Amino acid sequence: MLASVSTVWSALPAYAQSTAWIVVITVALIISVALLTLWERKVIGWIQLRRGPNRVRIFGLLPGVGQPFADVVKLLLKEVIIPVRANKVLFVLAPALALIPAFATWAVIPLSPELVVANIDAGLLYVLSLTSVGVYGIILAGWAANSKYAFLGAMRSAAQIVAYEIAMGFALVGVLMVSGSLNLGTIVRTQHGGPLSWNWFWLLPLTVVYFISGLAETNRAPFDVAEGESEIVAGFHVEYSGIAFALFFLAEYANMILISALTSVFFFGGWLSPLDGYLPEGGAAADFLMAPSFFWLGLKIFVFLFLFLWLRATFPRYRYDQIMRLGWKVLIPITLIWIAVEMVMSYNHVGPWAT
Amino acid sequence: MLANYLPVLIFLVIAAVLAGVLLGLGSGLGRYLSRAPNDAAKRTPYECGFDAFEDTRMKFDVRYYLVAILFIVFDLEIAFLFPWAVALSKIGLFGLVAMGIFLAILVVGFIYEWKKGALEWD
Repeated sequence: MLASVSTVWSALPAYAQSTAWIVVITVALIISVALLTLWERKVIGWIQLRRGPNRVRIFGLLPGVGQPFADVVKLLLKEVIIPVRANKVLFVLAPALALIPAFATWAVIPLSPELVVANIDAGLLYVLSLTSVGVYGIILAGWAANSKYAFLGAMRSAAQIVAYEIAMGFALVGVLMVSGSLNLGTIVRTQHGGPLSWNWFWLLPLTVVYFISGLAETNRAPFDVAEGESEIVAGFHVEYSGIAFALFFLAEYANMILISALTSVFFFGGWLSPLDGYLPEGGAAADFLMAPSFFWLGLKIFVFLFLFLWLRATFPRYRYDQIMRLGWKVLIPITLIWIAVEMVMSYNHVGPWAT
Repeated sequence: MLANYLPVLIFLVIAAVLAGVLLGLGSGLGRYLSRAPNDAAKRTPYECGFDAFEDTRMKFDVRYYLVAILFIVFDLEIAFLFPWAVALSKIGLFGLVAMGIFLAILVVGFIYEWKKGALEWD
C-alpha cells in the first residue's frame, strides 16, 4: 500500500507534486491560524489570570479547542454587509488582496532540507514584493468602505507599514551580506554549525530590528494603531462583517506565522538543529536531535509566535508619533550603522566572513 | 530555470481561489440566512450611531504623503544595496569603498531630512 503510494507519487509530474504540497501547506496554514487564535486567547488569559475560552469542545478534546471552529462557522453564516456609497468592487477585492500574499509567500519558505515548494534564487525578493502587496489590501479596504474610521485606520496603517518596511529591508541587506544569496534555502545552509553560527549572533541588532518591524508590518500590538479599538473602533475593517472580516483575520494571523517563519529562516537557522555539535556522536536519539528537520523550524516558529502574544499581553499601545519616531529615528539608524560595521567585519574577515 | 517559478504561480492561483471560494460561500450563505431588514440603518457607514456628518473623501494630513515619498527614496536605495550585498565576497575593497561612498551620501540625505523636521510627527 505505502510502496504503491510512493511509486505513484514519484511518477507524478513536478507540477502535480508541487500542487499537492501547496494544497497541504494551505490547509495546514488555515488549521494553524485557527489553533493560533485559540492559543492567543488562552495565553493572554493565563497572563491576565483568566481561563480563556473553555466552553466549546469537539471530539472530546480539551474544553475550548472547539472555539475557533465554532467561530469559523459563525463567520461563514453571517451576512456580508456592503455599506451604501462604498466602492463595491474594491470593497470585495480588498480582503482577497490581503489574503493572497499572506499565503502565497509560503511558496519560497524552506520547510525542511528537502522540501521547498519553489526553490527559486530570487526567493527573498519574492518575499519582499509580496509582503509589500499586503498593504494594498488594507489601504483599499479603508478607502472603499467610505467610512471615516476605516479611512483613518488605512492611512495610519499605510504610513506605518511603509516606514517599517525600510528598516526591514536594511536588516535583510545585512543578512544578504552574510549569506551572499537571495535563495532562502542557501541562507539557511550558510548558518550551519550550531546556534552560535546562526545569523543572530553577529547580527543581533538587525535581528531585533527585523522582529520589531515584523510586529509593525502585521499591525500587531503594541503597533496596532491601524485597528485601535479605543480610538477608531476597528480601523480599516470596521465596515466588514461575516466572511469578509474573517479573511482579514486569516490574513493577519497567517502573516504572523509568516513573520515568525522568516525570522527563523533569516536569523535563527531555519530548519537547522540548535543542538548541532553539542551532543555526543552516535545513538539514534542524538542523531535525530542533531539532524536538520521541519521539527526545528516548527519549534522556532512556535517560539516567535509566543513572543508575539506575550508582547501583546504585556505592552500598552504606542502613540502614533512614537511609532513613527521609533521607525525612522531609531530602527533605520541602527540598521545603517550595523551595515557599516558588517562592511568593516567582512573586510577584516571576522565572524561569518572568517573562511 | 524558469520552471522553478511555476509553483509560485500555482500557489498564487490557489490562494486566489481560496479567497474567492470563501468570499462567495460566505456572502451567499449570509444573504440566504439573513433575517434582518436591509434598511438604511444597517447599510450606512458606522459613525457612533449618528448619521454621517460629511463625506469621507475629506482632506487628510499631508505628512502621510511625505512619508510615502521618503519611503520611495529609501526603498530604491535598498534595491541598490541588494545586488551589492549578494556579490560582497567577489567585489573586494573597491566594491566596499564604492558602496561606502554611496551610503555616506544616503546618510547625508537622511540627516538633512531629519534636521528639516520631515520625520517629526506632532
